Amino acid sequence: MTEFRKTKLLTLAFGALGFLSSCGGIQNSINPAGPNADSLSRLWWLMFYVCTAVYVLVMIALVIAIRNGGRKSDLNPVLNPSPETETRKRNAVLSAVTATVVILFVFLIYSYSTGRALTADLAQKNGLSIELTGHQWWWEVRYNDVDASNIFTTANEIHIPVGVPVTFTLRGGDVIHSFWVPNLAGKKDLIPGKVATTWLQADKPGVYRGQCAEYCGLQHARMALWIVAEPQDQFNAWRQNQTQGSVPPATDSQRYGQQVFLSAPCVMCHTINGTRAGSNFGPNLTHVGSRNTIAAATLSNTREHLMQWIVNSQQFKPGNRMPQNNLGQTELDALVDYLQSLK
Amino acid sequence: MRRTIILVIYLYLCISVAGCKREQRQFTAPPATFKPYIVTMSEIQPGSAGPPAPMQNPSEQRAYDTNQGKQLFQQYNCSGCHFNGGGGIGPALMDAQWIYGSNPENIYDTIVEGRPNGMPSFRAKIPDDQVWKLVSYVRSLSGQLPKDVAPTRNDDMNARRSEQRTKREAPKQTSPGEIH
Repeated sequence: MTEFRKTKLLTLAFGALGFLSSCGGIQNSINPAGPNADSLSRLWWLMFYVCTAVYVLVMIALVIAIRNGGRKSDLNPVLNPSPETETRKRNAVLSAVTATVVILFVFLIYSYSTGRALTADLAQKNGLSIELTGHQWWWEVRYNDVDASNIFTTANEIHIPVGVPVTFTLRGGDVIHSFWVPNLAGKKDLIPGKVATTWLQADKPGVYRGQCAEYCGLQHARMALWIVAEPQDQFNAWRQNQTQGSVPPATDSQRYGQQVFLSAPCVMCHTINGTRAGSNFGPNLTHVGSRNTIAAATLSNTREHLMQWIVNSQQFKPGNRMPQNNLGQTELDALVDYLQSLK
Repeated sequence: MRRTIILVIYLYLCISVAGCKREQRQFTAPPATFKPYIVTMSEIQPGSAGPPAPMQNPSEQRAYDTNQGKQLFQQYNCSGCHFNGGGGIGPALMDAQWIYGSNPENIYDTIVEGRPNGMPSFRAKIPDDQVWKLVSYVRSLSGQLPKDVAPTRNDDMNARRSEQRTKREAPKQTSPGEIH
């Protein structure tokens, strides 16, 4: 085996591996976890199989043409056309064009009816209503409810009950963003000055990753979110906790941390319910300790990450809207103690 | 020939040295200080002491600092009221009208102490070095800074031209009632 062939084979093998690896995963539209994504992935697979069949047929036809064409003694078929080959050619072209038109129509009708079916009974979905606002570069999540005391705001982590349709009201806060959780639903844009609606439903409990799908500036790539689908009773417990005000600081360090928060620049942008901090320029931090990630799913929510983020968030997400905060080590320790206690 | 080369190199070095301040930057922020800078509200003083010399803003000569100021302007949500300098809830910052003075120390005071009818006091919230960067940027909005220091481009699409290409507005003293 020559070196070149080896390389080629290796490349092919790794390509196949890469293809296999895309079959699972938490951010994958052909690994559907709900009815919405399911119908989309069916459409995708239909297109995939039909296109594969077309590709294979074309390749077979090409190989036949190359093998037969070489044996022809007549090298000038244009000047000496035989009526027999002319008819065969015409038939071949006609059948290929017919097949193409039919296939495209099947695709067109199927994708149109899928799109219609997804939005048809949007008004009847009365499970859970969430208002999602896109900001540069994070997601503001507001859970609506008929009972005003059940309304609360969080960020970047959306919990939903399994098997319940969830409607999303989408708004653009500054520029156009797009809400996309591949395992659960297709994309929908968040446009400033316009209200869009979409819905999704998770049939399997699990954690699914969403991503902004419309270029929205420097940190577009680091604007992600989590959807946590959990059984109804777990969801109820989570929601019960989120509707409460923040946990009062319990230790001396946490108490000092709260003071630091309220006197440092933090208080100018963030809200912690139950304290004087009430600005909504940045994410709501009332239950920041209960979230798995910070900075729109950019960093895991650990003590080190919180500290580094507060002091100089620009090293992780250059251009983001959080200024540098040069706090002393004692203040920083206390502040992070307090933030982590906000479960 | 050699002499010419040496002369050219020498001249080149001289020019480079002249550009030093523009490129000066601090990568780690200094410890946050909140010094109250005292501005006298009146130029009349008892006795013989003259009025204080105009304040030198170190950031005003550094392109880096001024660009940082431009970012801080968004980060501290100055844009929430001053709308990228065009004004809306708060007065415009890109025109010739100055209610509380156009000197660096006046702008510093406006940010740190606040002003009547809406401008909040950011005392003990924004550290000194960041205030000076903001001051520098605010002055660049109406073209008060030299062209080599003013920000040259925007991070996002923006309707107005960059601060560097802004024509200088001659500052005029205005009373709040005259702003429309």
